[in-house]
Amino acid sequence: MELTSLPIHQLHDLMVKKEISCLELTRAYLDRISQIEERIKAFLTVTAEEALEQARKIDEQRARGEKLSPLAGIPVAVKDDICTAGIKTTCASKILYNYIPPVDATVVKKLKEAGSIIVGKSNMDEFSMGSSTENSAFYPTRNPFDYDRAPGGSSGGSAAAVAAGEAAFALGSDTGGGIRQPAAFCGVIGLKPTYGRVSRSGLISHASSLDQIGPFTSDVRDLAQILNVICGPDSQDSISAQVDVPDFTQSLTVDIKGLRIGLPREYFGVGLDSRIRAQIQEAAYKLEELGAICEEVSLPHTEYAVTAHYIISCAEASSNLARYDGVRYGLRVDTEDVLSMFKKTRAQGFGSEVKRRIMLGTLNLSAFYYDTYYSEALKVRTLNRHDFARAFEKYDCLLTPASLTTAFKLGEKAEDPLAMYQSNVCTLPANLAGLPAMSLPFGTIEGMPVGLQLIARHFDEETLLKVGYALEQINFS
Amino acid sequence: MSKYEAVIGLEVHVELKTNTKLYCGCSTAFGKEPNTQVCPVCLGLPGSTGVLNRKAVELATKAGLALNCEIETYTWFDRKNYYYPDLPKGYQISQVFRPIAHNGYLDIEVDGRNKRIHIRRAHLEEDPGKLTHSGSSITTSHSSCVDYNRSGIPLIEIVSEPEISSGAEAKAYLEKLKAILEYAGVSDVKMEQGSLRCDANVSVRPLGTSTLGTKTEIKNMNSFRAVERAIEYEIERQIEVLEDGGEIIQETRGWDENKGITVAMRNKENPDYRCFMDQEIAHIELTPEWIEGVRATLPELPDARRKRLIEEHGLPAYDAEIITSSLDLAEFFDAVYAEFPDAKTISNWIMGELLRLLNARNMELFEAKVTPKYFAKLLELIKKGTISNKIGKEVFEQMFETGQDPERIVKDKGLVQISDEGQLASILTEVIAKNPKSVADFQSGKEQALGFLVGQVMKATKGQANPGLVNSMLRKMLSQNNSG
Repeated sequence: MELTSLPIHQLHDLMVKKEISCLELTRAYLDRISQIEERIKAFLTVTAEEALEQARKIDEQRARGEKLSPLAGIPVAVKDDICTAGIKTTCASKILYNYIPPVDATVVKKLKEAGSIIVGKSNMDEFSMGSSTENSAFYPTRNPFDYDRAPGGSSGGSAAAVAAGEAAFALGSDTGGGIRQPAAFCGVIGLKPTYGRVSRSGLISHASSLDQIGPFTSDVRDLAQILNVICGPDSQDSISAQVDVPDFTQSLTVDIKGLRIGLPREYFGVGLDSRIRAQIQEAAYKLEELGAICEEVSLPHTEYAVTAHYIISCAEASSNLARYDGVRYGLRVDTEDVLSMFKKTRAQGFGSEVKRRIMLGTLNLSAFYYDTYYSEALKVRTLNRHDFARAFEKYDCLLTPASLTTAFKLGEKAEDPLAMYQSNVCTLPANLAGLPAMSLPFGTIEGMPVGLQLIARHFDEETLLKVGYALEQINFS
Repeated sequence: MSKYEAVIGLEVHVELKTNTKLYCGCSTAFGKEPNTQVCPVCLGLPGSTGVLNRKAVELATKAGLALNCEIETYTWFDRKNYYYPDLPKGYQISQVFRPIAHNGYLDIEVDGRNKRIHIRRAHLEEDPGKLTHSGSSITTSHSSCVDYNRSGIPLIEIVSEPEISSGAEAKAYLEKLKAILEYAGVSDVKMEQGSLRCDANVSVRPLGTSTLGTKTEIKNMNSFRAVERAIEYEIERQIEVLEDGGEIIQETRGWDENKGITVAMRNKENPDYRCFMDQEIAHIELTPEWIEGVRATLPELPDARRKRLIEEHGLPAYDAEIITSSLDLAEFFDAVYAEFPDAKTISNWIMGELLRLLNARNMELFEAKVTPKYFAKLLELIKKGTISNKIGKEVFEQMFETGQDPERIVKDKGLVQISDEGQLASILTEVIAKNPKSVADFQSGKEQALGFLVGQVMKATKGQANPGLVNSMLRKMLSQNNSG
């Protein structure tokens, strides 16, 4: 079997048993990248030299007999909106085409401490605005299952890299489904932790009240290992939650007897591919066989979530992206005066979707429209939270499709921003409520992966892992 | 009497005395090389996340309490969005919707009348960077430099109700505000270093009416005196416009210190800052116990201290007002009093000599070398009659410059007052012999002549003769001569 198709825990065992070296492993991944990257385009930057250097260090540690941590020597792709010291971090935008951060994001620091090998920075929709990675200012990424299809987005490069064996795992960010929808499209696991569970320090903001970093993996055990490393409070991020981090590998058990799982009917309505519906029902049936109780539940305000999310995320983005003015870093278009420098820099630096959202967000926050749009959206957000809170009084976990369709064709929705936004209808409510949610592959339709989504209570990633692990066992059997 | 009244509100930005910035660990020290006290957070680099400075919250709370405000137990930060090169994030983190302190007041006294000025709100916010232009403004310059050392320095903005009616009241308000914040230890309140800045909103209306006139906002005032002058000018200007049948335009006007006028800067309507709640800085939750804990650390404030000087030390209100107007001075007074408990004498010397020299040399008290201990010693020397009042002033000047012990100055310069009657008698005899006309004048009843003779004795002794003693000895000797 190819090294690049093995899960992390098996790679770890091989290194511990000295059957492979870290350098060999890293080379295997870099080879895989040079072999397939031309077709996938998962990366904006490949950091081969740095990766090999790191790999040698890990091998030295191994030679000295030091104990390897579970992620030591494991190649990872990092989404290009997560800062990496000394390595270009562009958010797939022309406006940051040359930006090199002086410091690592906290998650990157943690991965480096754990010994992970960064093989590159993965492609994305510009500033995470999009659901197909077609909004990258540089090039789109292709779905490894079908090169004519989108990998999803915004973290499409990360999902595709893991699916194509270009990285053993990846980090992405999720504002409305940016991890879970591409995970579903690319047949990998993607988890958006609880808001505040993973430090946002070093994550380039899109919509601060919704953004969350999370991992892509090929199995649930790997996911648990990564969460063990990246979760936890951070003194650099005052929103990061002061909540203890459990050992997530303890949740890897098929014992889900008596677990109550709700299937919110609003997620199974118009627009859902009936074959996906059938897959989810199949999953629910299998979970019941393992002793879980699956019932229909209602989250009545779901239909307003897309609008509310769009208003809030655009509003926050319009402010978060104001710093790109050409004064200090990134693109600067020199002109005769400062105002036209701002205007021309931003006009040339941002792509059309980013501009659309900045304009909408600016409108939403303007004195005249604030009450009509922004305040109302905040109220919907509260109702949305209450919906979930009520559901979680009775259920431990919710089961939904991760996407209404399997991966769509490149170009299919590129000209229709609203249709593109709708493709996150299943994922964005969890962002509004700050809940942990996971996308897990469950079968295929016409060769394309189907993703189901699990949503749990705040800080209960353990239930996601437990149910996910059970489903994974079903999948394999 | 004017047919108009002025309505004035002041917005004062005060830099809080913290060692580090509001959302990062960079130093707040003044006057360092440009862009040497910066980090990803205060430069607004992509991905940077700020963490609130606890000390700044404490100082803002303290300031609010010192200004008799109510303190919010739950508050947060909001963003004020606008583009300017000195604003690294494209927004300022401020408190728009719920300021940490509100509904306070301070009392001022102008021309013997007391007035209470209410404080609408005091909120925390970050300072932007500082721009330097090659020309006179950003639009007319070939290039501009920006220094982000100041970016992220914690400020409180204190907004008064529009209850101030004159430039003099505005000045009194600022002086009191400065004193209170200085006493409370929340700020250095140095206008020349920019740690206190003031904008004034000025409008006028016909006496007896209650609707507010159109206001202008006055900026660029670099001293309290400038605030007073700018407001007085602006009131007159607005009245003139109205009297001529014109209309006041809502605009921002800059004070031109040299010309003594205000000049229109920009007449944009209030810009839309698209304010909304910030999502990166954690919200502030204060318990009533914590707030009371901060209150307990408040020192005696200017009003209380002034009252103490009047009631316990018997100082006149005027003296007490001046001495308590700055914490340094009040502390100096107390320190001198501890060694030389004669309040009025101390006050006379502080107001007469100490302040005179400080003003003449344009110095702050902390720059003067004289210590309270030696100040007290000097007063003691005068009281004991070792030196005269006049010599005392001379000694004081030297103490002021050098910080020397007055006893030593007196000794070194041989300034000890001559109170020895034998030593004086010979000098007096000589003066009497040399001035027969004055002697005759005095003896024929002209009292002023005695003054002249005393003056001659002082001259002959280089001011060292004890003038009281000289006076009485002269009277005695001349009456003996007369009868003889």
